[in-house]
Amino acid sequence: MARLALQSSDWVSVDDWESQQADWTETVVTMRYHYGHIAAQYHHSKDPPTNEQPASDVPQLKLLCGADFMDTFKVPGLWMDDHVEEVVGRFGLVCVSRGSLQPDRAIHESDLLSRHRQSIFLVREWVHNEISATEIRRALRRGHSVKYLLPDSVIDYIREHNLYTQDSEMKNKDVKLRPLAMQAIQD
Amino acid sequence: MASQEKTKLVLLACGSFNPITNMHLRMFELARDHFEDTGRYRVVKGIISPVGDGYKKKGLIGACHRLEMARLATENSDWITVNDWESQQSEWVETAKVVRHHHAELISSEDNSNDDVDTVRCGKRRKLEQNKSICQSSYINTNADTPQLKLLCGADVLESFGVPNLWKPEDIEEIVGKYGVVCITRCGSDAEKFINQSDVLYEHRKNIHVVREWVTNEISATHVRRALRRGQSVRYLLPDPVVRYIQDHSLYSAESEQKNADVILAPLQRYTSTN
Repeated sequence: MARLALQSSDWVSVDDWESQQADWTETVVTMRYHYGHIAAQYHHSKDPPTNEQPASDVPQLKLLCGADFMDTFKVPGLWMDDHVEEVVGRFGLVCVSRGSLQPDRAIHESDLLSRHRQSIFLVREWVHNEISATEIRRALRRGHSVKYLLPDSVIDYIREHNLYTQDSEMKNKDVKLRPLAMQAIQD
Repeated sequence: MASQEKTKLVLLACGSFNPITNMHLRMFELARDHFEDTGRYRVVKGIISPVGDGYKKKGLIGACHRLEMARLATENSDWITVNDWESQQSEWVETAKVVRHHHAELISSEDNSNDDVDTVRCGKRRKLEQNKSICQSSYINTNADTPQLKLLCGADVLESFGVPNLWKPEDIEEIVGKYGVVCITRCGSDAEKFINQSDVLYEHRKNIHVVREWVTNEISATHVRRALRRGQSVRYLLPDPVVRYIQDHSLYSAESEQKNADVILAPLQRYTSTN
């Protein structure tokens, strides 16, 4: 569905490395993989690195997220501290929000995030457009239209494969979220 | 007694569509779901009627562009259409007149389709002609064959009924009394409060259908024009063909936003001068 949605984009692409891994992978692991991949591609396409071509030529990689993502940092057991340090400090965050104070508050309420304030870019989206996937799934279960909320190609795909039903919404209902399950094992 | 046939419904949206956005298109989908969920209606057509240049709203670009963008936006819809009658008139046309025009079109196309039917349907045809001469204040079309026409709009339009000199009282009466309004809103209670506070709206409250939009999708055309002026992306807010059209024709600049800046809006001009 993501591929279909991005068919017409000339700069946004879909990558399946993370979804191909046998177990859930921490965000920081995914970021390390992608950064390594970018760096390797970059050096491969250039002459061997010399003094004139420092490593800073390699594009930076930043994590793009919404305001609600910022709040996940406070959920106990969901993130490891040194992972947050690396995601925010080493790489950086780009947080798109509706213009509310929610991301500012999340940063303010966390010592770790506040320390890395300079590598958190807050983007204000003034056009309110909160198309929540939860609402989309709800509309689909009820046979309501989601046209103009998703690309047509994605809607067609969903219909063809009859995705998002009462049953699909119950998936993993009694299962613990993997990051929390892993944390419990490690404790 | 005959089994309950579904009432056919046509939804008409008037407005600037300057430019058309995914939010406008969503309104149609939401309204259709709302009526069809009741089991009593079948929505057969949606009509987008962009306002004419004579409306003189600030920043209103040429109707030819707004029509074309609406057409591009509805290219792959099997029920939403674009109509240029309103924008082709030399002067601004009151919404009530637009509704009347489209209603008359619906009746006459029903008549035309009845021309070559057999005698069994003659009874129905006579009934249609009788309905046409029913007095103004009654509900239209108890005949299940002829579609009802309702005005589709956002809560802001409903609330604009309260703006002095923007609407003629008899036009409001006609639109809500004779035809009906479908109002899409995020916050149903504001619309309901407004209906409650207006005698004419309250009287016809059964004919005002408030549809709540749970997926917040307030893509305002004003915001879109602002983003375009600033060279920002409006991708995924409007259909792709519309985004391309705007780029190809360099629509929406600081200059286009100043159009009609010193001109009075047509309805205010018209109704104020007749006071």
